[in-house]
Amino acid sequence: MILRLDELPLRRNATVSAIDWDGIGPAEAKRLREFGFDEGVVVQKLHTGPIGSDPVACRVGRMTVALRRRVALAISVTGHEA
Amino acid sequence: MNPLPLVALVGNPNAGKSALFNALTGARQKVGNYPGVTVERKSGRFSLDDGRPVELVDLPGTYSLDPGSPDEAVTRDVVTGHQAGERPPAAIVIVVDAGNLDNHLRFALQLVALGLPTVMALNMVDMAERDGLTIDAEMLARELGIPVVPTVAVRRRGLDELRAALGKAVGSNAAPVAPEVAEAAEHSSYTALQRRARAIAAAATTRPEVTRDAAERIDRVLLHPVAGLAILLALLFVMFQAVFAWSEAPIGWIEDGFSVIQGAATDALPAGLLRSLVVDGLIAGVGSVVVFLPQILILFLFILVLEASGYMVRAAFLMDKLMAGVGLSGRAFIPLLSSFACAIPGIMATRTIDDPKDRLTTILIAPLMTCSARLPVYAVIIGAFIPARDMGYGIGLQGLVLFGLYIAGILGAMAAAFILRRTVTRGAAGTFMMELPRYQWPDPRDILIGLAQRAWIFLRRAGTLILAASLLLWLLLSFPQAPEGRSQVEYSAAGRIASVLEPVVRPIGFNHEIALAIIPAMAAREVAVAALGTVYSIESDDETVLEQTVTERLSGRWPLPTALAFLMWFVFAPQCLSTIAVIRRETNSWRWPLFALGYLFVLAYIAAGATFWTATALGLG
Ligand SMILES: Nc1nc2c(ncn2[C@@H]2O[C@H](COP(=O)(O)OP(=O)(O)OP(=O)(O)O)[C@@H](O)[C@H]2O)c(=O)[nH]1
Ligand SMILES: [Mg+2]
Repeated sequence: MILRLDELPLRRNATVSAIDWDGIGPAEAKRLREFGFDEGVVVQKLHTGPIGSDPVACRVGRMTVALRRRVALAISVTGHEA
Repeated sequence: MNPLPLVALVGNPNAGKSALFNALTGARQKVGNYPGVTVERKSGRFSLDDGRPVELVDLPGTYSLDPGSPDEAVTRDVVTGHQAGERPPAAIVIVVDAGNLDNHLRFALQLVALGLPTVMALNMVDMAERDGLTIDAEMLARELGIPVVPTVAVRRRGLDELRAALGKAVGSNAAPVAPEVAEAAEHSSYTALQRRARAIAAAATTRPEVTRDAAERIDRVLLHPVAGLAILLALLFVMFQAVFAWSEAPIGWIEDGFSVIQGAATDALPAGLLRSLVVDGLIAGVGSVVVFLPQILILFLFILVLEASGYMVRAAFLMDKLMAGVGLSGRAFIPLLSSFACAIPGIMATRTIDDPKDRLTTILIAPLMTCSARLPVYAVIIGAFIPARDMGYGIGLQGLVLFGLYIAGILGAMAAAFILRRTVTRGAAGTFMMELPRYQWPDPRDILIGLAQRAWIFLRRAGTLILAASLLLWLLLSFPQAPEGRSQVEYSAAGRIASVLEPVVRPIGFNHEIALAIIPAMAAREVAVAALGTVYSIESDDETVLEQTVTERLSGRWPLPTALAFLMWFVFAPQCLSTIAVIRRETNSWRWPLFALGYLFVLAYIAAGATFWTATALGLG
């Protein structure tokens, strides 16, 4: 089941299947890579911001990072079985 | 002269570089639990075991050698030796967070590939242990080909071993770089470096079946869409209430202390000019500012605890969407929150913002955040004109008005950002991408040191800048001496200067004394308080005035609309030359500081005027 990261239920493991690198700005792409986002990496959505569920906080590796929803939309993930 | 060998501390943001720097050199660089605390190169010295002195530099944290923001460029330039006038480092210390090796090792590999003599400080092993992780430092050392020393910078653990390892590294040749690392780094391929980093981290870390994650659980509450926002607001509210509620007693002690000094000086000096200079000019001027030390320290206590705990980034997270509404990002919230203490470090902290337009906008609105120098002015005016009424639930009216002034500054800043982002700093919207650090208990010792530093800065300011301004003001107020029957204040040089300004500010409800006070407040805002104190003490022949505080001297002298307009003026007016100077430095042009000066004055005039007219129309006079 392929979802976009922002649609993933909270605190559910998922594997990044694709990232639309061209759909986000180069600066954002660079930061995403620096945070360790990449195809094949396991991520979780942990928290969402108070207004319009923006930004989102995700777990990647042992790090928790905050992203705008717009960037999370560019990340496709496959949810693991609960 | 041979310059000392240069050793650079490099690593990801929030890895503990500055904590390690302080532990090694005995310096007191700012440490805080959020990424982006250090924004410029700081250097210090220490000696290796064999007595060789080295220069140690603390650098801004960065995730890679491709800078995204101005602070990160500094780091790249220093480690690659491209900084103008800088020698290449003799060795680097890579600082990594033991609990976050996956990520930190990627940058570490990039650094190892530079081929410099390198030592790794495997920092925060205490935190990793707390989370149940065990890390095999020897295996790491083998995999990376460099010495790896486990450290706990804040407990000073592992420092001797680190110094010993550095002793071997400085002056040696670096170990050869492993071919696969060299290759991945060569193509600056994140993916390849990241995979290698993950593999090494996985091999060197033993983790329990289920890792506990305290931060995640706390964040379920603190980042909760409703509860989280409510807690943030409550926290800010308590902070401003505390500034008044907790400071009463210590302020009393300081006031008593100064009246004893004033009494002694009055007795010791013969009546006349000299006594007036010492009592009205110096003691009253400095004293009227120093009494605010307790309130400023309470404010700093809150900010320091927020910074040390890791809450700062959570606040940024909660605020991001609102900030996006005016064209900024949650990233900007951190510099803006530190501007409550002082706009100068706040403006410097904007170096962590990637987007230049975002950064410029944040710089331009930072002076609108109510800095601690405004606190004395607010406190005096509120104390003199707003009754200390209890509004129930332990909320005082005075604290409420103070909170309102802070809110006015914030709303003004947001409105200004909104307009600036659509006009002078128009451009594509920036983004918000930030790491949420683990929570830490603030170390009481760190907090005390931070407070002591602030107290010292404040008292030094009182003893130099404010003392000098008070002295100058006293001179300008006392000369030329008025003939019998004329008001000394009106007749004096300062009074005449103020008379020129008075017609300009009369429409917004300001009187002659206020015109006189707002000019020296350009140098330092607190001087406005000293100025009013001196004006009313010179004007009055009454001996009892000496025993009064500025608040007592003022109360009832101005109509309420004037007092409120005066407060609004201080919310917006650009009254601090150092801030203008920092804007000049950070934007590297005169254009923006002049622009800030202009727009802030216009805003202050309009806001003060609107307040005065509204209050008058409501019959508050
Ligand atoms: N428990 C623990 N905390 C540490 C250790 N070293 C640093 N800290 C804390 O970690 C946080 C970050 O430390 P800093 O020294 O400011 O980190 P930095 O690497 O200089 O960060 P930037 O300047 O933002 O790049 C602070 O709250 C420190 O008190 C450690 O070994 N153990
Ligand atoms: Mg630092």
